[in-house]
Amino acid sequence: MPLLLSEMREGQSGIIVRVGGKGPLRRRLLEMGLVKGTEIYVEKYAPLMDPLELIVKGYHVSLRVEEASQVIVEKIKQEVFDGSREN
Amino acid sequence: MDREKIRIALAGNPNSGKTTIFNNITGTRQKVGNWPGVTVEKKEGTIYKYGRELKIIDLPGTYSLTPFSIEEIVARDFILEEHPDVVIDIIDASNLERSLYLATQIRELDCKVIFALNMHDIARSRGIKIDAEKLTQLLNLPVLFTVGNRNEGVEDLLQKAIEVAESDNQIPQTRRVKYSKDIEKCIHNFKEFLESNADGNLPYNARWTAIKLLEDDKIVKRRILQKLGVNGPKILEEAKTHRSHIMSFFDEEPEIILTDERYGFIAGIVKEVMTTSRHRRVDISRNVDLVLTNRFLGFPIFFFFIWAMFQLTFSVGAYPMEWIDSGINAFSGFLAGLLPPNLFRDLLLDGIVAGVGSVIIFLPNILILFFCIALFEDTGYMSRAAFLMDKVMHLIGLHGKSFIPMLMGFGCSVPAIMATRTLENEKDRILTILITPFMSCSARLPIYIILAGTFFPENAGTVIFSIYIAGIVLAVITGKLFRTTLLRGTDAPFVMELPPYRIPMVKSLLIHMWDRSKMFLKKMGGIILVGSVVVWGLSAFPRNIEYSQNYAQKIHQEKKAMETLIEAAPNEEAAELKHKHQAIIEKLEHEQQIETTEKSYMGRIGKTLAPVFEPAGIDWRGSVALLTGFVAKEIVVSTLGVLYATGDTNENDAEVLKNALKKSGMTPLMALSLMFFVLLYVPCLATVATIRRETGSWQWTVFSIVYSTSLAWLMAFVIYQGGGLFGLV
Repeated sequence: MPLLLSEMREGQSGIIVRVGGKGPLRRRLLEMGLVKGTEIYVEKYAPLMDPLELIVKGYHVSLRVEEASQVIVEKIKQEVFDGSREN
Repeated sequence: MDREKIRIALAGNPNSGKTTIFNNITGTRQKVGNWPGVTVEKKEGTIYKYGRELKIIDLPGTYSLTPFSIEEIVARDFILEEHPDVVIDIIDASNLERSLYLATQIRELDCKVIFALNMHDIARSRGIKIDAEKLTQLLNLPVLFTVGNRNEGVEDLLQKAIEVAESDNQIPQTRRVKYSKDIEKCIHNFKEFLESNADGNLPYNARWTAIKLLEDDKIVKRRILQKLGVNGPKILEEAKTHRSHIMSFFDEEPEIILTDERYGFIAGIVKEVMTTSRHRRVDISRNVDLVLTNRFLGFPIFFFFIWAMFQLTFSVGAYPMEWIDSGINAFSGFLAGLLPPNLFRDLLLDGIVAGVGSVIIFLPNILILFFCIALFEDTGYMSRAAFLMDKVMHLIGLHGKSFIPMLMGFGCSVPAIMATRTLENEKDRILTILITPFMSCSARLPIYIILAGTFFPENAGTVIFSIYIAGIVLAVITGKLFRTTLLRGTDAPFVMELPPYRIPMVKSLLIHMWDRSKMFLKKMGGIILVGSVVVWGLSAFPRNIEYSQNYAQKIHQEKKAMETLIEAAPNEEAAELKHKHQAIIEKLEHEQQIETTEKSYMGRIGKTLAPVFEPAGIDWRGSVALLTGFVAKEIVVSTLGVLYATGDTNENDAEVLKNALKKSGMTPLMALSLMFFVLLYVPCLATVATIRRETGSWQWTVFSIVYSTSLAWLMAFVIYQGGGLFGLV
């Protein structure tokens, strides 16, 4: 079931279904590799619960919760993936 | 014979190790400046090797060449307009897929490119293997491995760069980024249209121009209009048609489709050239981060680091400061003994040596501060600081990264304002620039120390701390106010890489530290030099003042009288008599000095302005001191010294000034309002110059001056009058 990236909890992973948002934000998200079909792993939320840290394409990136709510993901069962795997 | 000159540009993502490689190649032969017209730092270095003159240009680190941020525009324009002989793209080998995004964009520019797969040792330790030969084949360009921090492969890279730069081979037109069939068709058609309508006047290669126009690239559009005259609008019209065609077909903007397809192309390459082994190692960086950004430990550790940085900067820095101070005093004394007392000596000693000395003395502080900041940056902690603070900063409508310049503002506003360059969004940058001066800079601290130490001896620390906090609170309020009025707009996206923690290289830390300190000293030195001469001139002239009484004569008479009295008096009374008369002489001399200052140009200006400052509890001497503070805040103390104290330099200066301040009729409340004024009013000349440069606008500069000074007056007024209402003095 698709859900918003901002609804994902720490330690969960998913596959990007769609990146919404407008103009520069959307472009920037895509350019940083958050494109459709990419696997993401929610590494952690900041102590104040915003922003959050993701592992995408083998590197760590942070986005605000507000920005993460523009990304729709399909949750995948977590077993092996812990983010250190590439692709 | 002239040596052959080759220009090599280094491109790459932030954190790709680009700067390390640049430092390794150029060493200390670096020139740090600005890219023309913008505020992005430009680093270049010229070396002589292999019988050639190699000019290495470090392009700003970017993730893309989409012209969103100034850095991206600068990097792209350099390649497009300056045509470097070869571009080296530094790729983080452990981060191949994302790095290839920039790499493919550079490849599309049709310049000579070499890929350097940097930090491949780290990649290998993470089980990543990259087939360089395959990558060479697929993209038709040389690929080399390097380990920047161990200087491995860097020589080979240079040799390869020279070879490629000097080869006559045309840049291969094939095997570059391929898009899907429909897009390729669109690009092809549009490219042909361009070629037939541009009369050979296209500023850039046709395929690239076609792609950029399909992406609605503002800068390329503007260039087309400039360069192609009547054909320009026609071409843009055609681009529009193609764009809407793609849009109707894919139901998505072309730039989104192209980005998507570029990543698709990259995914294909990565699949062919990269293998990841299953075996997993402990990721140290990740474990470190689990502690440093931990829900409970993150903030305490962060504040500890900040505290440690300030301790180091100010406590440890105090020792070399003292040495420099005594050095300057000795030098000044040496000069004084050497030169006959005349106007030139006054100018040299009181103007230049004293003024420049007041800047040099801050060098230890600045070196330590920049060393700490370089340490934060090079270890990768700086982006964690932004990660931790973003929520808080976002409340004022700012980016987490704004925290860094604001933090540096406690050291010195000049580098702090320069640090706002890391912010991508212009509104964020201007807002941060406007509020950074409210972070009380280190040059203001001596003023608080003197005033708080004199009038609040019991709790000077608390008072000074409150001043700092007040600055922060007012910065927050200002931020909030401007964010909702003058600088309204969407916040910049906070999509920020959190690079792995690294052990910094001492060499690069030192280069980092020295570069910035040098810039600071140069700018401060020049402005301060001029400023101190002006201030000296205003306080030393006019030379022939009409005094209310003839001091010289009176002092002379007093001395004569003393001598005759002492001669006549018995021995036991002589000492007492001498003491008594000397006190009278000193008093006369002091009165004369005050009158001199009062009647100097500076004093006259202060007196004229006094009515303005009076409601805020600041007398004419305070006004003069504040005026001189425009040159540099550290001058405020010395002006107060001249105006309040006797100028007797044999005793401890600070003590003399404290006693004099107490006797002057200044009350604790007046001192507090003066401190607030110092905290908030127009920053020093060097900062104003920096604001002008970094905002690129006189309007914002004047606005900043007027706003801060009005706020300062208002706060001082409220404190003085409000305190008065409550019966405080």
